[in-house]
Amino acid sequence: MANNEPNSGTRKQIDDNLRRVFQEKVEEEVPDRFKQLLAQLQEQDSQKGSGDHK
Amino acid sequence: MSDSDPRNELVDHLPALRAFALSLTRNGAVADDMVQDTVVKAWTNIDKFQEGTNMRAWLFTILRNTYYSSRRKVKREVADVDGVHTGNMAEKPAHDGRLQMNDFRKAFAQLPDEQRETLVLVGASGFSYEEAAEMCGVAVGTIKSRANRGRKRLAELMHLDDEDSMIMTDRATVAVVAANGSSAF
Repeated sequence: MANNEPNSGTRKQIDDNLRRVFQEKVEEEVPDRFKQLLAQLQEQDSQKGSGDHK
Repeated sequence: MSDSDPRNELVDHLPALRAFALSLTRNGAVADDMVQDTVVKAWTNIDKFQEGTNMRAWLFTILRNTYYSSRRKVKREVADVDGVHTGNMAEKPAHDGRLQMNDFRKAFAQLPDEQRETLVLVGASGFSYEEAAEMCGVAVGTIKSRANRGRKRLAELMHLDDEDSMIMTDRATVAVVAANGSSAF
């Protein structure tokens, strides 16, 4: 299996590309729906009386 | 909620979760729905999270389980594989190397799920082979061989086999590596 491995230069290029593609998405602004979702979850919990966590 | 409530940290992991979801689903809308499911599951199962362990790994594991179970149910509702993924990215301002980046995205989207997932975990997100193995519930050797096969296939698709046929712009690469260094572990 080891000789199937791309050489280190190729591997570096591939991993650089992977990081760039991933990082571009990471840097995108998170849509509001997620902040709303978290707020909603929090509210649900406080309505339940929040006895179970702490 | 007290400061030590790990749920307060969920928000910090949303960007990485979205990126991981996109790499799995290759569709922005499906990816965000999957992140939403993941957040709800994490929130309601927070007692299963062991404090002091890696929350990102825990969340990624929930997300991939969500993905694989929904994939079994739906069996490819998403026909537009590279179209959507590439389309999303095309809104980005032009920069050096964009052509190669789009080619790279298309090539990446063609890899099997297991290879895409592995490469994102160990190649892009900075998880160790051991961490990735635990997250995927397979042996370390399996992760290594998936990563190798994935890299090899990408090299073929990008014609990287012949030495320096694709030279990435150094400045951008360095910037990403630098930015990424801090988010790794």
